[in-house]
Amino acid sequence: MTAPPDDCLARNEWICGAYLSSRREILWDAALQHVQLTVLAVLIGLALAVPLALAARRWRWAAGPVLGLTTVLYTIPSLAMFSLLLPLYGLSAALVVAGLVLYSLTLLVRNILAGLRAVPEETRQAARGMGYGPLRLLLAVEFPLALPAAMAGLRIATVSAVSLVTVGAIVGYGGLGNLIYSGMNTYFKAQVLTASVLCVVIAVAADLLLLGAQRLLTPWTRRQA
Amino acid sequence: MNTLSETWSWLTTATHWSGPDGIWSRLGEHLFLTVVCLLISCLIALPVALVLGHLGKGGALAVNLSNIGRAVPTFAVLVLLLLTPIGTYGQWSTIIALVLFAVPPLLTNAYVGMREVDRDVVRAARGMGMTGRQLLWSVELPLALPLILTGVRIAAVQLVATATLAALAGGGGLGRIITAGFNLASTPQVVAGAILVAVFALLVESLFEAGQRLAPRRGREAV
Repeated sequence: MTAPPDDCLARNEWICGAYLSSRREILWDAALQHVQLTVLAVLIGLALAVPLALAARRWRWAAGPVLGLTTVLYTIPSLAMFSLLLPLYGLSAALVVAGLVLYSLTLLVRNILAGLRAVPEETRQAARGMGYGPLRLLLAVEFPLALPAAMAGLRIATVSAVSLVTVGAIVGYGGLGNLIYSGMNTYFKAQVLTASVLCVVIAVAADLLLLGAQRLLTPWTRRQA
Repeated sequence: MNTLSETWSWLTTATHWSGPDGIWSRLGEHLFLTVVCLLISCLIALPVALVLGHLGKGGALAVNLSNIGRAVPTFAVLVLLLLTPIGTYGQWSTIIALVLFAVPPLLTNAYVGMREVDRDVVRAARGMGMTGRQLLWSVELPLALPLILTGVRIAAVQLVATATLAALAGGGGLGRIITAGFNLASTPQVVAGAILVAVFALLVESLFEAGQRLAPRRGREAV
């Protein structure tokens, strides 16, 4: 295969239309893996964070260890985190997801807890007076009121996860990070730039999507404004 | 567990600590990158944040910078800079990338700290006839110090973490032990490197925490 001299791939330019059209499938697969890893990690993180936050609120003694441990986990650099989990998961996508889950936990637990604690006591008492049981109080009153704070945490966690997935390239499951990694080794500028830009696009799109979801879920916050 | 004991024996092998690829020299590189970049980022971010905070302008800029910083993958920026002409000059691409990621938290925290100084105190100081410069140095800055230091702490920990990633893009630092371990398919070395990096990051974090606790009393009350 000989490239014509006016081919931007042959000249190794940063921005290259030919790259986009010829590698469309590779880009699509990488972006899909990127999104899958992010979504899976954030969903698992959310499933773990809610009970942890509830436990930290109910039992005073649980709050310190839960917040302390998640903060310590957050301090560990991502490359080290993925490597520490290596003996447990081997070279697999589960390794990357597990690392990302641990990162999102800090942000989610903190924000859900802050949201739950900010529910006014009068509101709680009013609901109890109307005959709400503990479960109904939680689901119908406390969770909706805690939603804005929880969603703020979820947005930060998601955006951070999108950018951290790239580090998963070290074990071969980094979504677009894989393309950046291989592009670095072969000095393939168009691939590195395209994959990087796509990462940012995914992050911004995810953030806007969550913002939209939040507005739909909390119509009362708009009516005031 | 087998990996654990192998990791332990990797860590306790004397030859792994010495030499240009040894733990000590990697630790030195890591420390050098972190300290140099922290100094550069403070020199860039703090004056800007203090002046903007004093004037009360640029709040949106400070917050947005911090959000953008989160969305851009560190690894991507490292590689992008490496492939530009800057990449041919040794560590500069790494240093620039690290500084780019340390500036937003510094800027945001210092700006917010300056803005959260009690407005009554500022008005009282003005009423006493303080000039803008005096106000900035002897009223706003001391009161904003706790939040500014929190920003420095976040930036420092972030720098330690990002300096680890530099190894992926061919830079030095403790991350190199991990990436070398991956290239050798040596799980004990990977885990040993990860433990070293994690301990280093936690050490920096606790150092700053201790420093903040030992800070003057007035600083602590404002937190």
